Amino acid sequence: MARTLLDKVWEAHTVRVLPSGQTQLLIGLHLIHEVTTPQAFQMLKDAKLPVRMPERTVGTLDHIIPTTDQTRPYADPLAEEMAVHMYRNTREFGLPLLDMATGRQGIVHVIGPELGLSQPGMTIACGDSHTSTHGAVGAIAFGIGTTQVRDVLATQCLAMTKPRLRQVRVEGALARGVYAKDVILTIINHLGVKGGVGYAYEYAGPVIERMSMEERLTVCNMSIEGGARFGYVNPDRTTFDYLRGRPHAPQGAAFDRAVQWWTSVATEPGAAFDDVARIDGSAIEPVVTWGINPGMSVGITQTIPSPEAQPEPERPTFREALAHMGFQAGQPIKGARIDVAFVGSCTNGRLSDLRLAAEVARKGKVAKHVRALIVPGSQQVAKAAEAEGLHEIFQQAGFQWRKAGCSMCLGMNDDKLQGREMSASSSNRNFIGRQGSPTGRTLLMSPAMVAAAAVTGAVADVREILG
Amino acid sequence: MSTADMQRRQVTGRGIPLPGNDIDTDRIIPARFLKEVTFESMGEHVFEDARTQNPEHPFNQAAYQGASVLVVGQNFGCGSSREHAPQALMRWGIRAIVGGSFGEIFFGNCTMLGIPCLTASQADLEWLQKAVAREPRTPVTVDVDKQEVRFGDRTIQAAIPDGPRHQLVGGTWDSTAVLLEAGAAIESTARRLPYVVGF
Repeated sequence: MARTLLDKVWEAHTVRVLPSGQTQLLIGLHLIHEVTTPQAFQMLKDAKLPVRMPERTVGTLDHIIPTTDQTRPYADPLAEEMAVHMYRNTREFGLPLLDMATGRQGIVHVIGPELGLSQPGMTIACGDSHTSTHGAVGAIAFGIGTTQVRDVLATQCLAMTKPRLRQVRVEGALARGVYAKDVILTIINHLGVKGGVGYAYEYAGPVIERMSMEERLTVCNMSIEGGARFGYVNPDRTTFDYLRGRPHAPQGAAFDRAVQWWTSVATEPGAAFDDVARIDGSAIEPVVTWGINPGMSVGITQTIPSPEAQPEPERPTFREALAHMGFQAGQPIKGARIDVAFVGSCTNGRLSDLRLAAEVARKGKVAKHVRALIVPGSQQVAKAAEAEGLHEIFQQAGFQWRKAGCSMCLGMNDDKLQGREMSASSSNRNFIGRQGSPTGRTLLMSPAMVAAAAVTGAVADVREILG
Repeated sequence: MSTADMQRRQVTGRGIPLPGNDIDTDRIIPARFLKEVTFESMGEHVFEDARTQNPEHPFNQAAYQGASVLVVGQNFGCGSSREHAPQALMRWGIRAIVGGSFGEIFFGNCTMLGIPCLTASQADLEWLQKAVAREPRTPVTVDVDKQEVRFGDRTIQAAIPDGPRHQLVGGTWDSTAVLLEAGAAIESTARRLPYVVGF
């Protein structure tokens, strides 16, 4: 019987079936960062356990680090304490730490693929929900909590239940000005923010097949926003071309042997899925969220929906969203005034994202009332962007060019919304309070749309700016 | 703790209703409170912003202080993987949660802490939330083993997947020891993977 990537990778990593009926699943790559690990290391110390496979563990610093002055000690004593713990724990347990001095630091979900650490056929876990990102290379990659981080450190395994599998097919072709972010926001809008609970998503169809690896990373990144703990794209030529020559990818003849194995883990023709969902990619227009979860979105030419048009159980959330955002049902999303523009995050902080934003930044200046930040996803992204002169384009247009980190996606450093500020953001969550102000407001959109909003001073249609 | 101490066959305590769908982990514990190297202070900050903005928030109400069974809506705990969220709820006093559905990472984190999360129908949840609000001193029993929730003289059906149910009922939810029992099978599984041994 034809098998799926999920079937094959799950089976290859099964250590045993546990008495509970769950799978004891081996984790091939454990990525760690400063925010969700200190308690796990303490639990390990309390239990006097070593790290089971230190060579399969890689750390970095991303959530709390400042994007302006990165001189230690950090100005924020709480951030400094977290960094101190990360250095101390990785040193004591003999784990590699990709810090600023290595030139390879960055958001954990940007550096994994970028360094070739994340590869097809792997199981990848990290104490961060956006670990689903790494599924773009054909891996089974999911977020875990801190006690599970402890389990992976101590045993290299997790007790897991295999999810059902839904293939999400994006048919047709994307129009100009429509990007991977618009595709995943559309998928979440169609299938719902809890539509993926109990499922993994296999993204397929002509639109996904034609996407670059960086676009696929954007799609898989937000699987969790649709309720799916992980999502993946089958490895293909795009995957192999992306990985070739990356520092941690196999080199030379070993690379060719790797391609054989990577090819063998892909879903076979005729494999059965528990469910198949189809999205018409040709019908997607630039998407903007208007509410307080990533499923509450509309196309740029559409108006904000009415709670009364929703099924009864959804109406209170819709009313709460309108009240928090200060919007009226029936109002066009286009023209909503913004205060802040943020391009960055594990969703859209890669070189191709910055290029798209720069293409728009070339055509205008940041509106006077708007504070605009460009935060590269990693030191390597920053370096590559600077080599192309993107930083100068941004600076000349009035954007701030920052250092790599998670930044205003979740506001754990100084990059926060103030009060009720409205943010056009290329990040992944528009939850109340997400960007650092309890009353702050977030509109999610593609990096090109963020740049368009920055230069317009309000939500705009990037297609009109690109001409 | 012995295995017997860790068994979560059933949890009984006063209830606290928290209506609304899609309550995310940022709402449960805002990110600025994650800059801590321990979980100790989390209980003080549970729903901090929501409670500040809404003095009537259930977690502020005197009637629900000391409650241990949280009754929520759909997709509770969606979003971030932060274990700080269930840690904050647990340290406030929550021992079991009944809802329509749960964010999967949140659900897994709760299981790892021995907090059962059971799902029930929308109609039963609405009834239970109203019943608890009417009689906040009446205990709610979450029966993990029988997959039901009892309040007063009424019993509603509730569900929890087999794996976590066995872990909770059997007292094996603190899984490190269970996983370590696999011994050398862990390494032998790794050695079968070409990316581990080298292509």
